[in-house]
Amino acid sequence: MPNVDYDVRIKTEGPRPPLVRGPVALNMNSLGEADVFGAEPKISARCVNFYYGSKRALNNISIDFSPRRVTSIIGPSGCGKSTFIRLLNRMHELVPGSRLEGEILLDGMDILSPACDAAELRKRVGMVFQKPNPFPKSIFENIAYGLEVNGFTGRNLIEEKVVDSLKKAALWGEIKDRLKDSALGLSGGQQQRLCIARCLAVSPEVILFDEPCASLDPISTAKIEELILELKKDYTIVIVTHNMQQAARVSDQTAFFLMGDLIETGRTDRIFKAPRDKRTEDYITGRFG
Amino acid sequence: MHRHFDEELQQLKNDILRMGALAQEAIINSVDALRDRDKAAAQKVIDSDAELDRLELAIDEKCLDLIVLHQPMAGDLRFITTAIKLNAELERIGDLAVDVAQRALSISDKPLLKPLVDIPKLGETAKLMTGAAIEAFIKSDTELAKKVVLSDSEADNLKRGVEKELINDYMMKDGSTADRAVPLLLAARHLERICDHAVTMAEDIIYMVDAKVVRHHPEELK
Repeated sequence: MPNVDYDVRIKTEGPRPPLVRGPVALNMNSLGEADVFGAEPKISARCVNFYYGSKRALNNISIDFSPRRVTSIIGPSGCGKSTFIRLLNRMHELVPGSRLEGEILLDGMDILSPACDAAELRKRVGMVFQKPNPFPKSIFENIAYGLEVNGFTGRNLIEEKVVDSLKKAALWGEIKDRLKDSALGLSGGQQQRLCIARCLAVSPEVILFDEPCASLDPISTAKIEELILELKKDYTIVIVTHNMQQAARVSDQTAFFLMGDLIETGRTDRIFKAPRDKRTEDYITGRFG
Repeated sequence: MHRHFDEELQQLKNDILRMGALAQEAIINSVDALRDRDKAAAQKVIDSDAELDRLELAIDEKCLDLIVLHQPMAGDLRFITTAIKLNAELERIGDLAVDVAQRALSISDKPLLKPLVDIPKLGETAKLMTGAAIEAFIKSDTELAKKVVLSDSEADNLKRGVEKELINDYMMKDGSTADRAVPLLLAARHLERICDHAVTMAEDIIYMVDAKVVRHHPEELK
């Protein structure tokens, strides 16, 4: 944890500010608070509303994600946290009848504009899912395939990138002698790290993790968490998790969602020691419901 | 939602309350023993400290269990860490009451230098401050906790008054009074230390309730 107290940027005196409805300044979240970290945000969501058909799933969400930081999104099932991170690389477009309002900026560029190519965007903003989903191919091909699809050619270059990604995903040491074996023969934790390697191969800037450890045992979970802490030196990371201890361990910033609203966001240590909103307190202390 | 965890926190609260009651009793009994030159009463204070020691260990263990088994967060975490701190402060207060009782024993065979006025007042202040800190903890009452912090100067003034009187009016004038004056000086010092522990408890309670650190930041009290 950095030793600068970023929280001083947030006004703590007096009653909580009302939720800001309507346009907010770039460095504010939807609670009208300054973002917790000083740097220019890597991704900003501004006044985002999202609908599945006529059902509104997200209400006026504004939040910044700082570069090379880990942000956890926590909240009960159905609060909109997975819905929200899927917007960040436009996965929501795969859901028929869904509609998005507001702005999502990646380095200041609107990713929702027609000028932004979704395939290009997903190279820059990669995603790792709850259930490891390797292709039914060899370990090597699982990573090489994505590279080839993305226009990489030359055996040497591809090999180099496969090895590099496997090393970055902390999997190399375990599988270096069996790159030709099927990826489906790996353990759950290894499969998940393979999926992370696959994501890293195309050199993303942001990695979205949607409950990456939900189906893993504690040892594999610890490995993924260590990996996330390692990866944040180079990547901006957003992680959705049900596991509050995990959020506390790996993230710099935590955001709490409830019924489609962003209730509170701030430095992770502050959120877990002294949340400002009673609903956050009730959720993280298990009094919720 | 009902939580079994809440019952355990309530039990912890009761334990701290009991610890606080024992500590207050020890303070008052030790000062009474000093004033009345009552050896038996002094010995009783010394003996009853074992119960405070036993409770301290039990509460410590309970707090560690709650942390390890429930991984508390936010208000629950602040409550338990505060209980750990209060527990240590109360045990120390018990030890200081024992110190006063030992001073009582040391002068019990000699005539009192003078009728004690300010030392019983200081004892009463120490007892009230300790009691108020515990009440602030039980009720999560930061206003009461602030009053405890601010009343520390009263205890300091009483102690200074005792020192001044014993040194100037007795020891300086007649060196042979030292063997009866010094134990009284020490007793005043022990009682004033108890008040300091009550202040520390009150500061911890303000953190527990408001997540605001006022230790070493008196300006935060305003």
